[in-house]
Amino acid sequence: MTNMTSVNDRSLVVLILELQGESFAIETRHVHEILDPVPITAVPGADHAVDGLINVRGRVVPLADLRLIFGMPPEDEGRDARIVVIEVEIDGDATTIGIRADKVNEVTELAASSLESTPRIGLRWEPEFITCIGKRNGTFVAVLDMGRIFSRLVNRTQGITPASTSCAA
Amino acid sequence: MSGTDPTLIYRQEAAELLEQLEQALLDLEHAPGDADLINTAFRALHTIKGSGAMFGFDAVAAFTHHVETAFDRVRKGEVAASTSLIAVTLAAKDHIRRQIEQPDSASEAEGAAILDGLQAALVAQSDSTPVPAAAVTWRLRFRLPLDAVAMGTNPLLLLDELRALGPCIVVADTSAIPPIEGLDPTACHVGWEVTLTTGQPRSAIEQVFLFVLDDMQLDLEQVAGHASEPRPAAVAAAVASVRAEPSSARTTGSIRVPAERLDDLMDQVGELVIAQSRLKQIAGASRDIQVKAISEDIERLALELRDTTMGARLVPIGQLFGRFRRLVHDLSRELGKEVALVLSGEDTELDKTLIERLADPMIHLIRNAVDHGVELPGQRETAGKPRQGRIALAASHLGHEVLITISDDGAGLDRARIQQRAEEQGLLVPGAKPTDSELFQLIMQPGFSTASEVTSVSGRGVGMDVVRRAIDSLRGNIDIASQPGQGSQITLRLPLTLAIIDGLLVRVGDGRYVIPLSAIEECVELSANEDGRSRGHSFLNIRGSLVPFIRLREAFDTRTQPDPFQKVVIVSSGEQRVGLVVDQVIGDHQTVIKSLSKLHADVAAFSGATILGDGTVALILEVAHLVEQGKQHDDTRQAAE
Repeated sequence: MTNMTSVNDRSLVVLILELQGESFAIETRHVHEILDPVPITAVPGADHAVDGLINVRGRVVPLADLRLIFGMPPEDEGRDARIVVIEVEIDGDATTIGIRADKVNEVTELAASSLESTPRIGLRWEPEFITCIGKRNGTFVAVLDMGRIFSRLVNRTQGITPASTSCAA
Repeated sequence: MSGTDPTLIYRQEAAELLEQLEQALLDLEHAPGDADLINTAFRALHTIKGSGAMFGFDAVAAFTHHVETAFDRVRKGEVAASTSLIAVTLAAKDHIRRQIEQPDSASEAEGAAILDGLQAALVAQSDSTPVPAAAVTWRLRFRLPLDAVAMGTNPLLLLDELRALGPCIVVADTSAIPPIEGLDPTACHVGWEVTLTTGQPRSAIEQVFLFVLDDMQLDLEQVAGHASEPRPAAVAAAVASVRAEPSSARTTGSIRVPAERLDDLMDQVGELVIAQSRLKQIAGASRDIQVKAISEDIERLALELRDTTMGARLVPIGQLFGRFRRLVHDLSRELGKEVALVLSGEDTELDKTLIERLADPMIHLIRNAVDHGVELPGQRETAGKPRQGRIALAASHLGHEVLITISDDGAGLDRARIQQRAEEQGLLVPGAKPTDSELFQLIMQPGFSTASEVTSVSGRGVGMDVVRRAIDSLRGNIDIASQPGQGSQITLRLPLTLAIIDGLLVRVGDGRYVIPLSAIEECVELSANEDGRSRGHSFLNIRGSLVPFIRLREAFDTRTQPDPFQKVVIVSSGEQRVGLVVDQVIGDHQTVIKSLSKLHADVAAFSGATILGDGTVALILEVAHLVEQGKQHDDTRQAAE
C-alpha cells in the first residue's frame, strides 16, 4: 500500500469526519460521495461492524460502522449523520463500502511537513489502522488506512490474520 | 469504440474457425468421405490463412498454407481423409492456435515436425489411393419448387455446394419470373443453369440436391470429357452478378457484438427494472391518470426489453458440448478406451455467462466418466457389453431451469466402496443405511475420492467438491444416480439466467426477504397447534410427510412482535424440503440479483440482494443452505426416535 516516502514527500488531500466527537481523515482518493442517511437493511448473522446494506444509485453496498471497529460505544446518530461512500481494494478487488459518520466536516489538505508516521504507543486506536498522523488547526488527526481496516475485517470473518503493512517501516 | 484492434477481431474469428475445423475433423473420422466436412475444414483453413496474412500473422499464414494444401488434395479426391491425416491435422490446429494466442510459445521446430507428419500421412496413402477420375464437364439445369425458400431451402447454399465440387459457371434463368403484378416475392421463380467441371461422379452432384430432389426439376447431362470452359462474355457478366449475392445474403443475418456490451446492457436493464418498479409504486399512489398510463407503458416496455436482452444473451449449449468431443477423443486414446460421445439437445439455449462457467465443472464430470465410468474394452466384453462405451450429454429446458445430464454406460458407482470411504472419513455413522441419492451426495464432500490409484486424468481427491462448488455458485444443484454395471447419470439443474429471477417477497419482523420462486413448492398457514409446539423440534405435517421447519424470526434474531398468523413457505433443494416460517407473504417480485461484497462472504444464509420498488435493499435467501439446516433438524429427530 502506501509507503513511507510517498507519505512524507507529498501532502494529502483528505476528508475529515467525526466519530463520537473524534476527528479522523480519509484520503479523498477513496471517497466517492457523501449521502444523507438512507434506509438500512440489516444482514442477520453478519459481523456487527458491517451488518447493514444500503442502496447507492442502484448498487447494493455494505454499510460499515467504524465506531464498532475502533471499540467505541455505538450511540444514536445525530442530525448531522452522513454516509461516506468509499472504494477500497480488498484482496485485489475494488469494493464499494458505505461508512457511517456522525458528522462530515470538510475536505482539506494536510501539508507534507505536518505528516508523521504512526507512533507505536500512546494511541487510543490500533496503530495498524492508521496510515499516518497529520496536523490540522493545531490538533492531530489520524489518517485511516481504509484498505487495511477492511481487509482485516474480511479476514476476521474468515479467520485469517493478514501480514503487517505498516506505513512507517 | 472506433479504435477496435483489428488483430483482436482476427483472433476471435480464428478461434471460431479453429473450432469449426476441429468439429469437422472429428466428424470426418466417422464419415471419411463426406464432401461437406472436407469443404468446411478446407474453408476454415483457407480463411485462417488469408486473414492471417492480412493482419500480419505471417507465421500463421505460412504454416496454415501447408495444411491447406494438404486438405486441398483431400478435397480434390487425390488423398483420403485417413485417421492418421486427421490426427496430424488436429495437432496442426492446436499449433495454429498457439501461434495465434501465444506466438512466443509456439516453436518452429514443433511446427516443422507437424508438417513432416502431414507429409508422411499424405505419402503413406498416395500408393493406395485410386487415381482421381478425370475431370468431366456437366451441364445442369435446375428449378426449385415455388415454395422452396419458404420451406427453408437456400438456393445460394446449393450453388455454393456445387462450386465446392469444382469450377463452375452459374447463370440465372429469369425467364419464368412473372410480371410484377403477379409476382409473389417469397416464391422462388428463378432457375439456374450451371456448367460444372469436376472429377466427382454424377452421384456427388445429385447429392447436393438430396433434400429437395423430390419436388424439383433437375436436368443433368455430360457435356465433354475434358474441361474446355465455355465462357461467353454475357455469361461471365451474369456470373459476376450471381456470385456477388451469396456473401451479402449471408452477412445480414447476425452481427458480432463484444460480450462486455451485452453484460453492460443486462446491468442497465436491471437498473431499469428497479427504477420502473419504483415508478409503479409512485404511480399506484397517485391519482393522476396520465402518470398511471405512462407507468403501465414503461412497465410493459421494461419487461419486453428485459426478455429481449436476456434472449440476446442466450447461446445454444451445443457450443459448449462441441468442445468436449475433442476431450473425449483425446482422453479415450490416452486411456486405451473406446468411447462414443452422443450429444442431444444441443440447441437448448442458456445465458452465455452460465455457459462459460459450466465449462470447467463439465470437463471434470466428463473426465470422471471416461476415466472411472467407462471400462476398458476387454472388461466391457467380459461383462457382455459392446466394446465401445457411450457417454451421453443431454440438455433440456424444464420450466425455469435447464437440465444437463452427463451419463455413461460404464461400471456405475461402487456403493460399498463409497460407504466404506465415507465411514473412514467420518461422513457416515458406521452401519448407517443411506439412500442411493444421499450416499452419492457424499462423494461431493471436499477431499472425497475413491480412486485408489492416481491417474493423470482424475482421481486426485479433488474432484466432485470442486464441481459442486462451481454449480452452487451458479445457483444450480447436482443429482447423481447410478446402477451397478449399467452406468451413472449426473444431472445438473441450473437457472436460466444469473441476472434476474422471479422471487417471492416475504416479511420477517421489519425485514423483507426474497425467496427464489423456482425453489418454492407451496405456502401454507402455520396452525396455532403446530405453532405452539416446542421450538427445538419443529415439524409440519404436509399431507402425511413430516417436513422440518425453520422459524426465520429466530434464525434472524428478530425482536419485533410476531404476526398472529404465521405463514410457512415450503422450499425444496434436491429431494429435501424445508418450511420457512415468515410473518407475511407479500407477493411475487421481479428480482434483479446483486451479489454481496466480500465483507459478507461469511453469511451463508443469503445468496445475494436486490433492490425493491421503494429503493430499499432486500436479501435473497440461499435455499440450499436453509434446506441443509432443516435436514440437520430432521437427522436429529431420526436419531432421537
